Amino acid sequence: MAVFENNISESGNITNGEPVSPILRPFSFVGRTVMGWFNSMGAATIFLCLAILSTLGRKQLFKTIQQIYYIGARSITIIMLVSLFTGMVLGLQSYHSLLKFGAAGAVGSLVSLSLIMELGPVLTAIMITARAGSAITAEIGIQRISEQIDALSTMRINPIRYLISPKISAAIISFPLLTAVFDLVGILGGYISAVVLLGLNGGVYLHSIKTYVEMSDITNGFTKSIVFAVIVATVCCYQGYFAHMRKDSHGAQAVGLATTSAVVTSCVLILVSDYVVTSLLA
Amino acid sequence: MDTPLIEFRNVTKRFGTKNVLERVNLQIYEGQITTIIGLSGSGKSVMLKHIIGLIQPDEGTIFFRGKPLAEMNKAEIAASFAQISYMFQGNALLDSLTVYDNIALPLRETTNLKKEEIDRRVMARIEQTELTEAIHKYPSELSGGMQKRAALARALITDPQIVLFDEPTTGQDPVRKNAILSMIAQYQRKFNFTAILVSHEIPDVYFISNRILALYDRQIVFQGTPEELENFDHPFMDEVISSLEALQKELTGLFSKRQFGMLNHLQLKRRKVGESYCVVVFSLNELTAIYTKVGHDAAQEALRNMGLYIDKHFGNIGGFSSRHTANEIITMLPYSNIAETESIMDDFVSNFHKQVIPALGMGVCKLAEGESIDLNIVAGIAEGELTTDIDSVIAMAKSKQKEIGRLNCATGE
Repeated sequence: MAVFENNISESGNITNGEPVSPILRPFSFVGRTVMGWFNSMGAATIFLCLAILSTLGRKQLFKTIQQIYYIGARSITIIMLVSLFTGMVLGLQSYHSLLKFGAAGAVGSLVSLSLIMELGPVLTAIMITARAGSAITAEIGIQRISEQIDALSTMRINPIRYLISPKISAAIISFPLLTAVFDLVGILGGYISAVVLLGLNGGVYLHSIKTYVEMSDITNGFTKSIVFAVIVATVCCYQGYFAHMRKDSHGAQAVGLATTSAVVTSCVLILVSDYVVTSLLA
Repeated sequence: MDTPLIEFRNVTKRFGTKNVLERVNLQIYEGQITTIIGLSGSGKSVMLKHIIGLIQPDEGTIFFRGKPLAEMNKAEIAASFAQISYMFQGNALLDSLTVYDNIALPLRETTNLKKEEIDRRVMARIEQTELTEAIHKYPSELSGGMQKRAALARALITDPQIVLFDEPTTGQDPVRKNAILSMIAQYQRKFNFTAILVSHEIPDVYFISNRILALYDRQIVFQGTPEELENFDHPFMDEVISSLEALQKELTGLFSKRQFGMLNHLQLKRRKVGESYCVVVFSLNELTAIYTKVGHDAAQEALRNMGLYIDKHFGNIGGFSSRHTANEIITMLPYSNIAETESIMDDFVSNFHKQVIPALGMGVCKLAEGESIDLNIVAGIAEGELTTDIDSVIAMAKSKQKEIGRLNCATGE
């Protein structure tokens, strides 16, 4: 643990305090930044591995179920709301666009494939990041600056096992389930706008879904959501856990900045990894 | 002397370019209360965190029971740290857990005890630390003193052999400070653990500490008993001790033992051979019974009220007072002989009955909440001369003590 904490504290300190000539300063800056990124990624990977190694155990199960409630169950309402309107907008837009080509019957497949393969996993991950991810970072950050995490260590309770591991496990379980809810409610939203409001035949809408959506599309969507779960949970827990080591701020301000950083980093990594995973699965 | 329980040899710690500890050498012995004193921000907490392993030294070696920590394997280090509990300055209670859950946490997470056994142990600690009414409350719903007690209960739940207290009295009023310190001393005697305190409440910790370590300018400049510290000649005494003692005098009306000794020396230097002075020794008996029956707050409240009243009464005629032991206050009357002192004492006792006993009754009996309490206050006078040893005069005054007041809070009143 101390080794990777040292890595974090020393990240970006590759010049060892020696003066850098003005010509080399931009290169030094780029080098320091890139080394800092790699250092942080390495530390976050070790952090994730330590958390995963502590996943098993009867005591862990109860904590994981509790976290599934906080991360998963309590996010259902917002996920349903967002997915309903996403589906309705998709239905509305695609109906008018496809109508120009005489292909309004394909609205169902367009809506469902968009949701299952792309929008469902991505928007679910972003919504959970905003709702639960930020809360996770703030909670762990406050526990860190108020020495509650140090207190766990002095009681010989592994803080990663006690605090982090259940959250990562809960995220891995919750994300695909919430994505499934998002997909279903989104398809229902598309049905409402295309069939109920715009008058498309309901049978045509459902038939096009049945015809064009394959099991591999659904599996790929869930694969993405699991990848996003690992990213979001790791980034948010990591930012909170090391809030005290931020060089730009201290105390409550550090927790605030760690929370902002966790949300922004998670969202960017969701979109970047979405491209990578999509290209790999394709 | 025995092998120290914990020993630092040339320990240096830097944060960035700042040296916090520089070649620190210290020894802490088993079964004692050792207090590390020093100014705020001088690195006292950093030293404690080295002991529990939260911080590693940059240079030097830490020995645990004579063996260097750096040479121990993982299992040995874990076994060593398993004997230690740490009470944080800010308590560090988990704010999402109730008092019960906070205290039960170490047992739930680090042992395989059954729920019933955990419940039994937790309830025992809750009762001992007088937290029964706060059992289902969250830390944010507790007063500062209750939070301290909850943190203490959590620190003691695993029956540790060593307990580290980081500024246990910070942010408390004088009465509460002494209450917490006497609580630590009482539990230390009861559970026989080694206590290591970090504090800057200097006069108060003298009464409970066996050894004092003084941290000054990044180094340990003194190790010894509180009595030895009184005679320690170092800038530390002027810069650290004097300023804090002055503050303490303002709050309680009583001088520290060191200040008392200095004043005594100055006053007696002005006297001629053959002139006498008097010493009065006041004692509050059955103080331990009050600790257990009513709590530490009530006992300290009684002591403080008495101190303030004694200072007010005897201060007007040139007397000065000091807390001598946990339940004793001594007053020096440098310009009075025995006859004058006895006359002053008659006035004192008369006023004491009229003013102090009812005031004590209001405070202590209110906190007693129906418990039967019998507080006995005794005082003794002795006369001394320039050539007489002050300690023998104090001993003589103690031997002549007789009752000057009694406070009785009967059951149900």
